[in-house]
Amino acid sequence: MKPAVEMRNIVKQFPGVLANDHISLTVEKGEIHGLLGENGAGKTTLMSILSGMSVPDEGEILLNGTPIQFGNCEDAIKQGIGMVHQHFMLVPVFTVAENIVLGNEPHKGLQLDIDQARTMVNRLSSHYGLKVDPDSVIRDISVGSQQRVEILKVLSRDAKIIILDEPTAVLTPQEVEEFYIVMRALREAGNTIIFITHKLQEIQEITDRTTVLRDGKVVGTVNTKDADNERLARMMVGRDVVLHVKKEEHQAGKVELRVENLFAKDARGLPAVKDISFEVRAGEVVGIAGVAGNGQNELVEVITGLRKQESGKIYLGDRDISKMTTRERIYAGLAHVPQDRQRRGLVMDFTLVDNFLLGYEDSPPFIEGPMINYREAERFSERSIEMFDVRTPGAHVTARTLSGGNQQKMIVAREFQRNPTVLIAAQPTRGLDIAATEFVHEELIELRAQDKAVLLISMELTEILDLSDRILVIYEGEIVGSMKANEATPEKLGLLMAGG
Amino acid sequence: MADKKEAAGKKGFSLLGLVGPIQFVMGILLAFIGGALFLWIFRENVAEAYGALFKGAFGSKRYIGEALLSTTPLIFSGLAVALGFRSGLFNMGVEGQLVFGGMVAAYIGYAWDLPRVIHLPLALLGGAVVAGLWGSISGYLKAYHNIHEVITTLLMNYIAFAIADYMIAVGGPMKADNELPVSPDVLESARLVRLWEGTRVSSGILIAIFFAIVVWFFIYKTRIGYKMRAVGFNAAAAEYAGINPKTMTVLAMALSGALGGLAGAVEVLGVHYKFYAAFSPGYGWDGIAVALLGLLNPFGVIAAAFLFGVLRSGSITMQAIAGISKNVVSILIALVIFFSATNKTLEPILKRLLGGIGSGKELELNTEQEGDR
Repeated sequence: MKPAVEMRNIVKQFPGVLANDHISLTVEKGEIHGLLGENGAGKTTLMSILSGMSVPDEGEILLNGTPIQFGNCEDAIKQGIGMVHQHFMLVPVFTVAENIVLGNEPHKGLQLDIDQARTMVNRLSSHYGLKVDPDSVIRDISVGSQQRVEILKVLSRDAKIIILDEPTAVLTPQEVEEFYIVMRALREAGNTIIFITHKLQEIQEITDRTTVLRDGKVVGTVNTKDADNERLARMMVGRDVVLHVKKEEHQAGKVELRVENLFAKDARGLPAVKDISFEVRAGEVVGIAGVAGNGQNELVEVITGLRKQESGKIYLGDRDISKMTTRERIYAGLAHVPQDRQRRGLVMDFTLVDNFLLGYEDSPPFIEGPMINYREAERFSERSIEMFDVRTPGAHVTARTLSGGNQQKMIVAREFQRNPTVLIAAQPTRGLDIAATEFVHEELIELRAQDKAVLLISMELTEILDLSDRILVIYEGEIVGSMKANEATPEKLGLLMAGG
Repeated sequence: MADKKEAAGKKGFSLLGLVGPIQFVMGILLAFIGGALFLWIFRENVAEAYGALFKGAFGSKRYIGEALLSTTPLIFSGLAVALGFRSGLFNMGVEGQLVFGGMVAAYIGYAWDLPRVIHLPLALLGGAVVAGLWGSISGYLKAYHNIHEVITTLLMNYIAFAIADYMIAVGGPMKADNELPVSPDVLESARLVRLWEGTRVSSGILIAIFFAIVVWFFIYKTRIGYKMRAVGFNAAAAEYAGINPKTMTVLAMALSGALGGLAGAVEVLGVHYKFYAAFSPGYGWDGIAVALLGLLNPFGVIAAAFLFGVLRSGSITMQAIAGISKNVVSILIALVIFFSATNKTLEPILKRLLGGIGSGKELELNTEQEGDR
């Protein structure tokens, strides 16, 4: 049988980067084929070539043994190739059915035939087991449902080859489980799936075969069941990777952060943090596990002074900081790696120098009277770039031009050098690839070794289990469980996280 | 990727600083080509029209003087808008702030009798401070009540105009002792000196250029300027770093308003020597276009203000000599703005070309030019 997709010697050059360097990829009919690689390895570029969005400089593409040439997405869709993007392309105020037929609307005269659209959606939905309500409005449904809509949209165009670009990045753990079921159903129905990811766990869970890319080249294609995580990670990064950071035994010291009976409301004015109390000691990592949206955000914002508490106290060492401004808390020794690095952590249109300066702009040695000492700021930037291995063409480009991993390294570099007594790290590795994750984890453990108190908030159980000395579980704004890390298991935590 | 790392330390010479000027000049060229098309459609003689325009701006000392005369307040109003934009605020109220600035400067100028070294600076300062306070009202409403500054600044113009009208209307507190709706003449000690024999150009132009440098320095080199830019680009990140976005918003509107006030003050103290309702032919409104054309850079604002001054002054002669309506210049100005806005799309290409020439290697594209340090 001819392979469903064969890409031969694909070359794609972007200014300054050879994104695809003679890549060859063969995907068999009816398989789930993983495309694994670090950020910037060329996965998305390769798939946008396959889906007709960009034209390769060299190389050829064969579908079922027949050479094809795409000028645009329409051609690719006609050949049965559909791509679901990482960021959904749905109209938020339209219904599910309207979104699915958009661009391909059944009509009665000039009017949209919504009944026919609904029927089609229901038929597809039950055929593939993708549960959606055709009449729900997109903005009202969960991210997981929105993704199902995207997939149905692709299926409605008779796609036989479905490309999924990091589909799990936006999903909660429960939604990921459902998503696996959908992928298997699609495979049962005879579709070919190409699954882009940089998460090893997902590769193991769902793919039949996996092609690993690194720096625009193919490292190899393996049968997934023959490859373990360590081997895949090595192929991906090009060296041995510490998947689970090793931490030395370390004696916790005095209490550095103490939160007492904290209450806070969310943006809609509903209670989000309900009577939370805990402490973090010097040289200790305390992890807060929980499903996203259970009050973690509000908790971090209250501690850092970005949100007002309703009641309760926060102590940094012996000092009551609950009435202090954000700036005063920073000066008192609190540092914060925010969950949303692009919205909170960086000014994307600032240069790296200006970004490294954030929060230091009123402190020596960066000031000269009312002015900023840019020579000192530049020196600090160069040093941070060097020390934390931020990959950038220079300190004077904007933060926007860096990859997510390098942006995070900038934030980590800036916050760690405040020499805080307490560091709050909120989802510090979200969206980062393996090498960057390893880096952040090692840095956090290094802080612990320096007798800093670290509060880690994460949705990733493995991260919580690997790094923490003690684990708290948050559910609907309350701490529902507290245990030593060596007593915790994923099952135990999972149950608590679900409110059990 | 390792080579990127090495590049981090090196600083090749860069032509990226030319991106702005090239965009600027291209915008003007395209506008003149577009303007020629309009003239051709209206069956006017293009060469004659542009010839007259050019002559009207540069043909004699007096004409050049008139161009520089309009340039002066335009620099201030352009700076006012640019400073606002840099802080994430769209100050639509420069015209009103300008009227306030002129009014207060005139009052101090005629009502107080002081030695020159105090009188003139005080009149300028008074105009700036009152206009700044006026502007800060919008900043306060934005920061603490979340009312959009475009609405408040725009509407407050009309309040400012009404107050100004009242001041010099019959029975008004600033009305001069004659039949005209004007204020008394500003005393000699509060007038800006004539700079250039045979023209009306005053030392205001030097003050304007000085302020452009000050504003540039303020935005890019000072701690407060840094904080304002941080708030302007990303208030959430600024807040995270402990900068109070509310304070910065009020302060930015106050400073923007003060610059608008200076536009009015130099106009009154340098040209008219008295206050009357229509002393500004829309310099405040033009400030928006000047700031955008100048790419929000204070030095760009000087160049853009000069261009507007030239067009304004040339248009009068063009109408007189060639009999072509000076509205053509309005079309030209609109086209200049249009093309400088659309030129933004060329920015990545220009940066790639110039970046490639300068450093011998590709620089990654960045969307914002951060100062020219």
